[in-house]
Amino acid sequence: MSKLIRMDHTGHTTLAEWTTDDPALIEAAVAAFRAELDRGSIAMVTTGPGHAEMVRELPLDADLVIMRRPIAGG
Amino acid sequence: MAEPAAGTLPELAAVPWRPLADERTLRRTAFWWTLTTLSHVVPFCAVAVGLFLLQPLTFPIGLLALGHAWVICEVYAQRGANVAKPRGPQPGTEASERTALGLLGDLVGHDARDGYERTGLVCEPGTLGVWLVGEQGALLVRPGGRRVHCYCVRVPEPNLPRADRVAHLLLALRMDERGFATLANGAFCGARWRVRRRLPSAMRPGLDAAARLARARV
Repeated sequence: MSKLIRMDHTGHTTLAEWTTDDPALIEAAVAAFRAELDRGSIAMVTTGPGHAEMVRELPLDADLVIMRRPIAGG
Repeated sequence: MAEPAAGTLPELAAVPWRPLADERTLRRTAFWWTLTTLSHVVPFCAVAVGLFLLQPLTFPIGLLALGHAWVICEVYAQRGANVAKPRGPQPGTEASERTALGLLGDLVGHDARDGYERTGLVCEPGTLGVWLVGEQGALLVRPGGRRVHCYCVRVPEPNLPRADRVAHLLLALRMDERGFATLANGAFCGARWRVRRRLPSAMRPGLDAAARLARARV
């Protein structure tokens, strides 16, 4: 089962879980994903050891999608 | 504001005037830091030597001048080391820290997570060198292991657990290393030993391990 999580004050919160054969779960996950993007979050998926990439659409085949907040120079 | 190119950090839109960091810009930064350090140190040393040659009894003033030069160097190195140190009280609860630590472990593996628990830093090899990522900044140990660039970079969210802050920076670094080095504010660049002696003792093994990795990359 794939997971959409958001890093937040609790450590992280699971926003949605889905499997590719369940349209209702996918729809809920896509809605949660878009809502997070609208909040200004950035969606990341790990693409191998030491590599990650930003995604603008929910990758349904990803095991884990992480929503992070923007960073800034200190 | 122009949209950054695909594959680059979206946060770069906030600093469009900065040239994208690469080997050349890092070498140039290192050169200017060395020159700046010399420009601070040499005049005070010249004053100390000159006064002594003119009148040996002025040696206390010469010592003060040398001390001043030493303090300036130390203050800069301290500024660099500060980027690695946690600031203020732990922002999250014990439970949230454990949860965040679990996610960080999933991202970096158990050995690196254990290293983080010991040192407060995650070691991440990159193309520009070996990175040590903390919650409020990152150190870049350049190939060869002798020079360190210290960067201030953070997540401007006050309530995130420490490990989540590191995970934020790590994901951004993994996505676009050059963009990360561009976005982050340089705090110091200089010899590794200068930064090491200003770090808390628990963090020093992390810097040593990164230097070993960086030496192997020459």
